[in-house]
Amino acid sequence: MTGKSVGILVFPGSNCEYDVASVLEKMGVRTQLIWHGQTDLGGVSGLILPGGFAHGDYLRPGAIARFSPAMSSVIEFAKSGHPVLGICNGFQVLTEAKLLPGALQKNARLKFLCQEAELEVVSTRSSATSLAESGQRLFLPINHFEGNYTCDNDTLNELESNNQVVLRYVENPNGSMNSIAGICSKEGNIVGMMPHPERASDDLLGSVDGLQIFKSYVSNLM
Amino acid sequence: MEMSLHRSLGLTDSEYDMIVEVLGRTPNHLELAMYSVMWSEHCSYKSSRVHLGRLPSKGDNVLVGPGENAGVIDIGDGIAIAVRMESHNHPSAIEPYQGAATGVGGILRDIFTMGARPIALFDSLRMGPIDDPKNRWIFTGVVSGISGYGNAVGVPTVGGEIVFDKSFSANPLVNVAAVGILPKDRLVLAKASGAGNLAVLLGASTGRDGIGGVSVLASSGFDESSAAKRPSVQVGDPYEEKKLIEACLELLDLKVVVGIQDLGGAGITCATSETAANAGMGMDVYVSEIPVRESDMEPFEIMTSESQERMLAIVQPGSLEKVLDVAKKWQISASVVGVVKDPVVLKSGVRVGVLRVFDRRDGDLIAEMPAASLADEAPKYRREMREPEDLQSRFAREAGTDSDRSDLNRDLMQMLYDPRWIYSQYDHQLFLNTVVKPGQDATLLRAAGPGVGYTGKGIGASADGNSRWCSVDPRAGSAMVVAESALNVALVGAEPACLVDCLNFGNPEHPVVMWQLSEAIDGIAEACTALGIPVVGGNVSFYNEVNGLDIDPTPVVTTLGVATTIVRRPPGIGFVEPATLVLIGETQPNLAGSRWAYQLKNDRSGTLPVIDLPNHRRLLSAMVNLVRNSEQYSISAIHDVSDGGIALALAEMVLAGGNGVVTADGAIGDYRELFSESASRVLVATEKPESVLNYSSGLGLAAKVIGDVTGSRLVVRGLLDLGLDDLRNAVKQNGLS
Repeated sequence: MTGKSVGILVFPGSNCEYDVASVLEKMGVRTQLIWHGQTDLGGVSGLILPGGFAHGDYLRPGAIARFSPAMSSVIEFAKSGHPVLGICNGFQVLTEAKLLPGALQKNARLKFLCQEAELEVVSTRSSATSLAESGQRLFLPINHFEGNYTCDNDTLNELESNNQVVLRYVENPNGSMNSIAGICSKEGNIVGMMPHPERASDDLLGSVDGLQIFKSYVSNLM
Repeated sequence: MEMSLHRSLGLTDSEYDMIVEVLGRTPNHLELAMYSVMWSEHCSYKSSRVHLGRLPSKGDNVLVGPGENAGVIDIGDGIAIAVRMESHNHPSAIEPYQGAATGVGGILRDIFTMGARPIALFDSLRMGPIDDPKNRWIFTGVVSGISGYGNAVGVPTVGGEIVFDKSFSANPLVNVAAVGILPKDRLVLAKASGAGNLAVLLGASTGRDGIGGVSVLASSGFDESSAAKRPSVQVGDPYEEKKLIEACLELLDLKVVVGIQDLGGAGITCATSETAANAGMGMDVYVSEIPVRESDMEPFEIMTSESQERMLAIVQPGSLEKVLDVAKKWQISASVVGVVKDPVVLKSGVRVGVLRVFDRRDGDLIAEMPAASLADEAPKYRREMREPEDLQSRFAREAGTDSDRSDLNRDLMQMLYDPRWIYSQYDHQLFLNTVVKPGQDATLLRAAGPGVGYTGKGIGASADGNSRWCSVDPRAGSAMVVAESALNVALVGAEPACLVDCLNFGNPEHPVVMWQLSEAIDGIAEACTALGIPVVGGNVSFYNEVNGLDIDPTPVVTTLGVATTIVRRPPGIGFVEPATLVLIGETQPNLAGSRWAYQLKNDRSGTLPVIDLPNHRRLLSAMVNLVRNSEQYSISAIHDVSDGGIALALAEMVLAGGNGVVTADGAIGDYRELFSESASRVLVATEKPESVLNYSSGLGLAAKVIGDVTGSRLVVRGLLDLGLDDLRNAVKQNGLS
């Protein structure tokens, strides 16, 4: 339990903000929704960019969202070391805002994919996996059309050698380079992942593996 | 001149005469255009209205019944559920992606119009065989359209059905249902009350898309010229709709709107005349105040356009500023396009709400008519009905007796496919409600949503139709469809609480089609009455015909049930070893309407198996109880027997669980018992067969042990013997991808 609160950034077109909030609230963590038009982040201790279709994903996912007024504050907040987690569309926004390297392109088979994915925790130095064990397997749902991670070779080598790959698909569903499902910044505080941990945080829904991600994340609030 | 104009708009000569009588003068072009869309089959139900009244719509839980944008039921704890089902068959045939996408958009507006937050979508699809490239183009386009729109608009698609049948070649059935949740006190109706209140148009601007969609497209059949109707299909924008949902729900929470109505078929003509007529008021509309996409649009185009993602809110002048603020926040356009007016009092004392259309504020009056004459007073037709000429001769023969049954293994394998290719393209988990996902008998959702907290209750839902049964006998077949749908819902532990229907039929000018409709309505009514399920809404889609050939009659229903508490996840359909297999219910060795006889052997003869509705009602409550107490009864799998009979039900259970089954000698007598689709049967895998048998017989339900869950083969002694790999390969071979 913590007295600190998590801000959840809401763009027009976001749709997972309530889901993320409900999981955190159930863990005893206060949340507040932060509208994309505001630059004041309200004194939160961490930020989550939830899934959805920010600004309709027009042009390409995240391409317009990076220009939302809140993003300048988000960039400053992230660079000051606070934990920032982008889930799905949030990951796409973080790459467009250059807070994380690389890009997410259309799935290799050009189909939207909503299914369970088996993931391997690779790096535990990220703010979202610090309490997990390296090599641990997690079952988390994916839900995306543009989840195919790509970057140039130098970046890829750097990600791997710096231990910045956070999650890897056991069976690559979308063509991602090196089966990458999630990465973190060099410092480890900024994390982006395509899987939805909030969708695997309740026994009634079939899995609680996602709580591993949120518990790690919450332990790193500052 | 005028005589040919009204015909080109789809109005008959006698309808034209009625309009002249209502107005007391000759209508102008704009007025004719407005009547033609409002009096279209699609909007007015002119051929079906005389029959629809026979459906039972009353129930203690019903807050809003048929005739409104959506049906609404009370599920307790101050929470209500809104549900609506509609067809988008014709647009989907012409332009599959946009047709299906705008079907989703339209049904969602019907839900949030009531003040409900849309939380689930269901899609019931019927397509022609996809070895035909045109059918495959329609099928993949429809699935992409639902995926593209539904995912982006942020409402999960959590269930549905897919059927391939040659009856739907070139005329697919795309039926979509939506479910919403609301605090009971947020319920609003589409009423334009209060003279002086403003009509505010929210959302997208008005373009030339979808002009005459309801009259030109939805109210006639298909032939070689159909591709030319493509401009009558609307184009959807899920992002605009997502913003519109959030803005409208925020407006309702702020209590700054008096009434609200979506713009769907017949566009602004429909929204203004219906809201005014519902309140017994009049309305003035200023065409120049309606934002348009193109500069040179004619008033008749603006008034009948079916451009998507628009809502009409009725607002007190003092609240206008707040409404504009919310619209600005969500980046949607908001324009005052009209004013609510007191009704005109005639010399006789009768009060008439008049819809007046002006070219601009303080401009010229360009159309004037009683609002109710558009909205409520379309002609009603009691069209000629006739039973099919071959009905009695088909009834007289037993189905399947002359059919080849040399390879039942092969027959079963032809029935297998995996709909995962479809639903893996749909977000089916948003809002964290989906307890039972697609691919089971029914979906089970937690009854919750943004702004409506979870109280432990659940909603079971299943969309079902069966064109084969209804083609053999529309009355008995429709009753079986209702029974099956209710059973599906019971098998996830939810007590059936209401249903909505979507009645897909051919050309109503064909007497056989009207007979089919009338019989189907009677069948639904009989089953719903006997099972205690009110019909809270529906939709009729006529003119599903290609080159004069009507589709098989296809009523589709979406049944909702309520689970009073979700204690645990229901067992599901997959076999888990070890278990004993119990069959509840009696199998009638009758193949009429079955997938085996009708689809595989092209044999449409026979009379459908008899359904005992009081017995079925006992079965429903027994199943709800068994599923809720599945631990006590050690139930590891449970599945209804329907499409494809026991054979297909067993194959699905083997495939889902990865465990085999062997039936006892003589437990399934012959090919007729194997593939019969007689109603009211459930397969239960349990480690405590005695308790299940005792419980069933105590309620007067037939039940017997028929085999064991074991190994990795599907074995029905003397009839079927297939390995798990054979089944998996068959699924792969019949694959959709």
